[in-house]
This record gives sequence, C-alpha cells and structure tokens, in this order.
Amino acid sequence: MLIGLLLALPLAGFLTLLFFGKRIGEPGAGYLGSATVGLSFLLALISSFEFISGGENGRHIELFEWIPSLGLNAELLWDPLSAMMTLVVTGVGALIHIYSIGYMHGDPRFGRFFTYLNLFITSMLILVLGANFGVLFVGWELVGLSSYLLISFWFEKPSAAAAGKKAFVVNRIGDFGFLIALMLIFASFGTLDFTHIFEVLHDNAAFITTATATAITLLLLVGAAGKSAQLPLHVWLPDAMEGPTPVSALIHAATMVTAGVYMVARTGIFFELAPVSQAVVATVGALTALFAATIAIGQRDIKRVLAYSTISQLGYMFMGVGVLGLVAGVFHLVTHAFFKALLFLGAGSVIHAMGGEQDMAKMGGLRKKVPITFATMVVAWIAISGIPPLAGFWSKDEILAVVYGRGGGYMALWIIGIVTAGLTAFYMSRMMFLTFWGEPRWDEGVQPHESPINMTMPLAVLAGLSAVGGLINTPFKPTLEHFLEPAFEFVHQAHIPEGVTPWILAGISIGAGVLGVMYAYRRYVVNGTQLEEGGTWETLLNGYGVDDLYGKTIVAPGKALSEQLAFTADAKVVDGGVNGIGAVVKRLGSMLAPLQTGLARSYGVGILAGAIGLVVWLIVAGGAV
Amino acid sequence: MIPILAQAATEGLQVTAGWYMGLAAVLFAIGSAGLLLRRNALVMFMSIELMLNSVNLTFVAADSGIGSLEGQISALFIMVVAAAEVTVGLAIIVAVFRKRATASVDDLAELSG
Amino acid sequence: MEHSIGFPVIALLVLLPAAGALVIAMLPKNRSELMMPITAAISVLPLAVSLFILWEFSAADGAEFQFAESVNWYEPWGIGWNVGIDGISLLLVVLTAFLFPISIIASASITKDVKLYMVSMLLLETGLLGVFVSLDLLLFFVFFEMTLIPMYFLIGIWGSENRVYAAVKFFLYTAFGSALLLTAIIALAILHSNVPGQSISFNYADLNELALSSNAQMWLFLGFGAAFAIKVPLFPFHTWLPDAHTEAPTAGSVILAGVLLKLGTYGFVRFNLTLFPEATVTLAPWLGALAVVGIIYGAAVAIVQPDVKRLVAYSSVSHLGFIVLGTFALTSQGLQGGIIQMVNHGLTTGALFLLIGMIYERRHTRQISEYGGLSSVMPLFAGIFLFMAFASIGLPGLNGFIGEFKILLGSWLAWPVLAILAASGVVLAAIYLLWAYERMFTGPVDNEANKGLQDLNGREIAILVPIAAMILFLGLYPKPALDRIEPAVESIIDRIERVTDYEAPEFGRIADVAEVAGEAP
Repeated sequence: MLIGLLLALPLAGFLTLLFFGKRIGEPGAGYLGSATVGLSFLLALISSFEFISGGENGRHIELFEWIPSLGLNAELLWDPLSAMMTLVVTGVGALIHIYSIGYMHGDPRFGRFFTYLNLFITSMLILVLGANFGVLFVGWELVGLSSYLLISFWFEKPSAAAAGKKAFVVNRIGDFGFLIALMLIFASFGTLDFTHIFEVLHDNAAFITTATATAITLLLLVGAAGKSAQLPLHVWLPDAMEGPTPVSALIHAATMVTAGVYMVARTGIFFELAPVSQAVVATVGALTALFAATIAIGQRDIKRVLAYSTISQLGYMFMGVGVLGLVAGVFHLVTHAFFKALLFLGAGSVIHAMGGEQDMAKMGGLRKKVPITFATMVVAWIAISGIPPLAGFWSKDEILAVVYGRGGGYMALWIIGIVTAGLTAFYMSRMMFLTFWGEPRWDEGVQPHESPINMTMPLAVLAGLSAVGGLINTPFKPTLEHFLEPAFEFVHQAHIPEGVTPWILAGISIGAGVLGVMYAYRRYVVNGTQLEEGGTWETLLNGYGVDDLYGKTIVAPGKALSEQLAFTADAKVVDGGVNGIGAVVKRLGSMLAPLQTGLARSYGVGILAGAIGLVVWLIVAGGAV
Repeated sequence: MIPILAQAATEGLQVTAGWYMGLAAVLFAIGSAGLLLRRNALVMFMSIELMLNSVNLTFVAADSGIGSLEGQISALFIMVVAAAEVTVGLAIIVAVFRKRATASVDDLAELSG
Repeated sequence: MEHSIGFPVIALLVLLPAAGALVIAMLPKNRSELMMPITAAISVLPLAVSLFILWEFSAADGAEFQFAESVNWYEPWGIGWNVGIDGISLLLVVLTAFLFPISIIASASITKDVKLYMVSMLLLETGLLGVFVSLDLLLFFVFFEMTLIPMYFLIGIWGSENRVYAAVKFFLYTAFGSALLLTAIIALAILHSNVPGQSISFNYADLNELALSSNAQMWLFLGFGAAFAIKVPLFPFHTWLPDAHTEAPTAGSVILAGVLLKLGTYGFVRFNLTLFPEATVTLAPWLGALAVVGIIYGAAVAIVQPDVKRLVAYSSVSHLGFIVLGTFALTSQGLQGGIIQMVNHGLTTGALFLLIGMIYERRHTRQISEYGGLSSVMPLFAGIFLFMAFASIGLPGLNGFIGEFKILLGSWLAWPVLAILAASGVVLAAIYLLWAYERMFTGPVDNEANKGLQDLNGREIAILVPIAAMILFLGLYPKPALDRIEPAVESIIDRIERVTDYEAPEFGRIADVAEVAGEAP
C-alpha cells in the first residue's frame, strides 16, 4: 500500500502540474513538486524499516494486469535493492526539487519545469521498483523521455534542443540492445519476472547455456552503456549539460545515469553465468573511467568537467558490478549520488552567482564571495578525490579492492583504477582551484553573490551526506552489505581480499588521490597556471574528437545514404519504375489510338467482321454446322 | 427455299423451327446492313432494334424446338434491355440533335484517336 | 455459443453512413454551412452502433463470428449478405467508426463543394465498415472497391497542388491489384465447384473448408497478396502512398493512414492466412523479409524528407512493415501484435496527420524548413505533437509499444535475425520524428510568418483529446483489447497447424518456470 502510494504521489504531482502548473505558478508549483517527492521519501523510509530489522526478503505488489498473454503485469518489487534506490532517488530528488525553487526563480516556464521533474521521479521510481523486465523497460524509456524534455527545457536554444534529441537517440541505440535482450530472455524463460527467472537460474544454472547467458548479458550491457554513458555511447552526456543545472545534478549525475549500474546489479545472476561478460563489463567500465577522466582534465566549462567526471565515476561502478562486486557498485552509486549531486548543485550555485557564466576562464577567487557554496563543495571535492574518511573513499576503495581480489587480468583494471583515482583528484582540484582560488577573472559588471537559503540548504544537507555517507558500509561495519544481502541472495558475489592486503590497497589509492591534489595545488595555486590552451589541451577539450568522428563516420554517411535512398532509389528507381510502366502503357495506347476513328459505322464493320470470323472459326475448328 | 416449297406442296405447309431461323437470319442481315450503310443515328438505332429482335426470334424458336423455357426468359431480358437502351439512346440522340442540328453519325467523330 | 441479438445490427452499422449520404445529398446545395455539422452528427450514429457491438461482443468467443447475418442473394453461387464480426475485425470496426466523426469535424475548412465531400466521406465509411464485416468474398470485393472511388474524389478534388497525379496513381495502382484479386476470387469460387457435390461458392465459410492443391494455393495467394501488398503498402509497392498522403486533404490522409491501409493487412490475416495456409507457410519468410526491408527503408527515407506530411507517410511504410512482419511470423504473439498495431497505427498516425493539417491550415506549407520554434508560439500544439510523436516512436506506456513489443517477440521466435533488424526501426523512428520535431518546434522563431500563429482552438482540442485518451488507455491497459483478439488469433494459428505440417514456435519452458513459480509468492 505504502509502496503504491509513494509511486502515486509524484505521479499525482506530475498530473496536477501538467494541467494546472501554469495556474499554480511560482512558487506554488515548486512547493507542490517538492512536497510530493519529499513525502515519497518519507514513505520509502518508513517502508524500509522492515529490511533493517532483517525479517523480510522483499515482496511483490501487483497493480494491474498489463499484457496478460505474456504474463506481464504492472507489478512492483519492494526489496532492499529497490528500497535503496528509491531512497536515493526520492531523497536526492527532494533536495534538488527544493534547490530548483531558487534556481529556476523567474523562469517563465517555472511550473512546467516541476512538471517534468515530477515526471522524472515517477519514471525513475517505475524503473527501480519494477518487478519484471517489462516494467523496468517502461521506466527505462520514460526516464529517457523526461531526460529529453529536461535537457531541451530551454528549447529556444538550438543547442539545447539538439542535445535533448541526441541524448534520446543515443539512448535508443542502447535500448535496441536492451530490447533484443528482452526477447532473448522471454524466448528462453517464457517470462520476464525477476523473481521467477532468478529462482530458476539459482536452482538450475544449466537452464540456459553459457552462450545464451553471454548474449543476454552483453545485450543488456549495450542498454546499460547507453543509459549510463559508457564507451562508446558516452557522447550524449556532456551535451546534456545544456539542461538546467538541477537537471544535470538529478538526472545526469545522481539517478538516471546510474540506472545501467542498477540493471547490471539487478541481473547479477546472469552475469555470474557469463564470465566473458563480466570481463567485458569491467573492462568497459575501466576504460571509460580512464578515458573520461583524462578528458575532464582539459575542460573549461565547469559543468562539462563534472559531466566527464560523472562518466568516469560511472565507469568505476561498472568495474565494480562487472567483477560481481554488486554491493561495492551500488555503494559507489549511493555515495556518488551524494557528492556528485552536491558538486553539480554547487556549480549551479556558482553559475547563478556569476550571472549564468559557466566558463572557468572567467571565474577565480570566488572563495569569499560564495562561502557556503565553497565550503560545501570542498566537502564533495575531498569526497570524490578519495580522501578518508569522506564518502567517496570508502566506496571507491571497495570497488578497487574487489577488482584487485579477482586477480589475473583484472590486475590491469585495478591499475587503471588507481591511475584514474589520481587523475580524478587532479581534475577535481583543478576545477576547484580555478574557480575559487587565484585572482578574479570576472567579466565587467559581474557581482557574485551567495545563493538564497533554499539553494544553500540542500547543499548543506548533501555535504553532510557526502561527509558521513561512506560510513554505511565500512570494512568495520558493513551495514549496507547486510541490508542488501536478501536482494543478492542468488548471486555469489566477489568480496574484498582478506588480511592486510586491503590496507595496502587503501594506502595506494589514498596516495594516488593525495598526489593528484598536491600536483594540482602546485600547478594552479603555487605556480598560478591559468587555463591551458592549444595542442593536447585542444584534443582533450574536444573529448578526443569522438563526436567529430561519429559525425564523420556515422551521421554524415547515414544521412547521405538516406538521401540516396530517398531521392535516387525511391524517387527514381522504385517510383520511376512505376511511372515507367505507366508511360509504356500510355505509349502503347497512343499507338493503338488511330484505330479509334470516331466513325460509328467503322466500329460496326469491325463488330460484324469479328462475329463472322467467330462463326467461321467455330465451323472450321468445331466441325459443327 | 425450293425444297421447302416442294415439301409444302406434297405434305401441306409445316412451319418448322427452321423457318423461324431463316426469317431471323434475314432480319439480322437487314439490320446489319442498315447499321453499316445508313448515317442517320435514328435509322441506325432502328436497325439495331431489328437485329435484337431477330435474336429474340431465334431464342424463342429454338426454345420451342427443344421444349425449354430458358430461351424465352432470355428473350424477355433482351426486350427489357432493349427498351432501356432505346430510352437512353433516343434521349442522347435528341440531345445531340438539339445541340448540333444533325443526326448524322459521321459528323460526330470527336472520339477519333 | 450463438451470439445473435435478433436484430441485424451489422447491416445497420454498414448502411447507416450510406443512408446518411442520401440525406446529405438531398440537402440544398447552398446551405453548405450546415453540411459539416449534420454529417458529423450522422457519423456519430455508426460509432454508437459500433460501441454497442463492442459492449455486446463476447470476448471469450472472440474466435467466432458474432452478430452474424446471412441472407442469400444468389444461392447457386453462394453469394449473399454474409457478415459477422470476430476478434480480429472488432477493433478495426470500432476504429473506423471512431475516426470518421473526428475526420469530418476536422474538415471544417473545406469550402469547395462541401456537399459532395461529405457524401464521399460517408460512402467511404460504408465501404470500409463493409470490408471488415464481409464474410462473402464477392461482398468483400464490392466493398473493397467501393472505398476506392470516394477516396479518389477526396484526393482528386480537395487535394493540394499535385492532386490529380496523386489521385490517378492511387486509383490505377490499387485497381491493378484489385484486378488480380477479383481473378483470384473467381478462380477460388470455381475451384470450389470442382469438388464433387459442390457448386460455385463465394461464401467464406464454405471456402475455408476447401482443400486446395499447393500449386493452386500458391497462385491464389499471390493473387490475393498482390492486392493486399499494394494496399498495405509493402515495399516495393509503396510509392503511391507518399503521393496520395501528401496531396490528400487532412481527413483523407487520416482515413487513408488510419483505416484504408489496414484493408491490406486485414486482408492478409482474414484471407491469405486461412484460405491458403500451405502457401502462407511457404511464402511467410519472403513476406517477413520484405516487411523488414520496408521497416528500415521507410524509416531511412523518412529521415530526409523535407515535407513533414511525406515524412509521416514514409513512417507509415515503416510501421505497416511491423504489422506485416508480425502477421507472417505465424506466432500467436506476432499476430496479436500485428492486429493491435493496426489500431495503434491508425490512432497515432491519424493524429499526426490531423496535427499537420491544423498547422497547414494556418501556414499553408508543409515544408519543415518553413517552420521553427513553434513551441514558443503554439505550446499546446507542440505538446500534443510531441505526445503523438512519442506514441509513434513506441514509448512504453503509450499504445505503440504494446504492438511493437509483441510483434518483435513473436517474430523473434520465427526469425531472430529479422526481429533484430526490425528492432533497429525503433532507433530510426526516434531519429526521424525527433529531428523533425527539433527543426519545426524548437530554436528561435526565425520566420516572421510563424510569429502570430494561434494555438489550437476548442474544436481542434476536442478532436485530439479522444485520440490521446485512446492512446494512453491502450498503452496502459491493453488487456481488454488483447483479450478479444487472442482467441481469434489462436484459432487462426491452430488452423494453420492443423492443416499443414507447420508448428508454431513456442516460448521456452514456460511450464518449467511456472512449476518453480508455484511456490513463489
């Protein structure tokens, strides 16, 4: 009952705002939107207690029959994993709603913004609460829709509209894989229900062959890579920064982009049966992490730094779930939601303060001007850099330890992870130093000012979570692991190594982080390096030109092919053939036309001659009189 | 004709189906000649009627020969069709005559290809 | 179980629009302002009758022809008024009756010879309803052809610049298919008389009992199939469609896309699958392959169309490809998906044509490049357009997804490779529709002519809302519709399995799973 209600609340908010949003206006729409999500969070919190006491394994809530002949129902699953995700979505979501009341102040489509935000929360809840692949897919697509609507929220800007479309289309490419995975799953199991499928696989691992499991998991990975912006489908996320900053924080950092990680964790048992896919997922994650981290170093736009950072951090999560460290992956998902949402909201606060400026070249020396924003962002900065005891350290370290624990070829991934940790600390410090330290490089007339309370309050809350959030799952007290245990009961998870190894590993990763921060301090504060230009930096700024590459190798030829098909093949060949036949018939007709003299009597002669001919033929051929 | 007359002289006049067939053939020939040789649409029409009726005659005669009814039914059909045709055809001819002041089909050769 | 309500309700349904056409024909010509409201009122009557039928229809017996009426006309040849509605035709009948009042109200801007226009619309409705209920092949053919003439007039008289070309092409192309259809129908009827003790028959039920040689099946399948493939249209017989769609007036496009194209897919299901099962099994892979070519080809060609109406027309080629694919997958899921997708496509594409008509009335251009930034001037219009576009893209929660998903699942069992290729159409749909949306609705309002555009008025909203409601309903709760389709589909597949050695592929091990699931909560 409560679960249905917690889903219904944002939905009701969405519907109310859809029809009356304009009339409710500012700030009522914002309050309404925030209230529904906040209430949902409270309901989720209450409903989660049943798992903390450890009694329940999860339960199904059937809403209605959807496609009965497929046995596919609108059914929710309330288990620890979906509870965890619901708490993150509604919790961070509520904070970002509140923040948006301040951030979107004065926007002519204020009500519309909250309509879309509530739609997003509804969709995301459908995604994480779905009890079968069908409902998961519904949520999966609906978050894509909300993301499309919110990225192109300022649709008057052509770049925003293009970015929204790009996000949806690239996601669709991922969905293509997901859809085929669904077919394969349905064809092999005859159902899409999580619990049924997982139980069958658990009881009898040979139910599907390794090849099928590998195919299913790799196809799921395509879907996950699209949603979670992993290589090679990462190109939409940096562009998605065209959306309002709260959107970037909510959708493109904390929640939607982690859906891929959630899906892999949810379907962990498939991955367990497909060792090849584990390696592929982990490798994709590691490469994405490194790749995006290097690009983040070269960005000038504060939001794009964070966008690439998000891609990189998602890579970590993929590494974690790829090696079947499901708890580690989900743990990082949670802490990342805290500190990355905080970083985005902080960046939004800075942009707000600078009157809309996003270029770090025109910032600098903002420490004193926006003290609360600065202080909270420092917390997030330390957290993401992996310095203990803040949140990022615990989760990232757990992932790295699990990867290391797998040994063998995974050692290479561990090394990539450590290098990326150093890079992360470096680019994040660079961003902080360029923004808050040094001399002001503001444009004429810019008067930075601290943001209003409804924007700084969420920052403070998130800062608190970023600071202590890691404590929910320390090696000393793995609360989260116990909490999630029932959800992963079917999977044999990877664990961190025993003995002193974890301590050494932690030391190395802390070292990498500290090194990154220190080098950045030397370079940007002590030496006062400004934003770099030219050469390699240009390449990094363009993200290695992947966009151009896709443009040249896929988009342009695709368009050319489409034009060839439309204006040559279709118009000239296919339709030309049809019209050609028509022309031939016409010409034949005009050749025969002279027979039509227009003289009725000549027709009569023809008829008579024909009749006589027929009679003669009958006599000759038939032999009868 | 001669054998028939000879037959008539010896056995008395027996009008068999063949007589009707012969008459029908004559009528048909007259009709078709009229259709081909005359230019007046009205006369051509009358010729067509003549041909249709010759066919009717054949039907009925053949029927009585073999003792079936189907031919008579067909003849009735043809009469109805002919009547309908005359109605429409005459209306067209009158309309054309009013417009063109001619009923000669040779003047109405606009459908030549 | 016999479902007769003792009243010829189907005759009433089919003849009401024709009677209405008579009424309109007797109205004084100079009162053209009355024509549209009266016609709209008349067209609501068949809708009411169809809703009655929907209400009375027994879902459990969806495989049977209900409300059947049988009046002999020429008994020796088995020709007669044999009509009935089963689970396959039910929704199409309701869709037809639903779309006509909407398209008639959408025709408020017609000024030229309104009377003839309205008469044509009503006769078209009779023809279309007749096609879906006919259980006599000659009757079917008469109705099938009867739709051609009003549509020819609608395109040829009230269309835009190139209307005559489009109308003639439409007419000749489809008439060519009809000729083959008629030949095949007559051949089939005569083959029936070759069986000792049987005479010529056009009766669907009689012909269903007929055992044909595989050679005869093949030729007759091709004869029927040619007419239906052109009507669908299946690649490469599709080129009449973009012209006809583009030139037709709004209501013409709505009916053309919404109902007329379904005559082809309906014909395939109703006649080819049941009358020629063996040929169906043999030829199914070829038709499936053509369908997939159509899906990708139609979508690819749609991407670069400069004319938004042409774009939607080509998207129809793509969507209809899905329906044909589902049909010839010869699995219960695929066929169910195909049938529900006929309805879905009618709703979404119909709505898109209505929307394009509304903007055309304001700006008199269909060129995408003439627009831009419409979201700012016409937010409501933009919102509804986007809704319909996403329905067409197949967003889950809206109707298009249900059909596509079932079709893909069903065809996966038959031909996994084709299903994968078809699934790529889902990506392409997002590209062509969202790109068109981007160019028409977003960005700044550059063109002066677009600055003063009025948003939708009450009449326009009133005709779009019912469609949107149906789209949502079918997307969220398709159970009532599927429950009625399923028995009919099962009986067709069963029949094919019974009379040929074909075995429909099944989903893996659902029973095993159910056993395990027995203990699960």
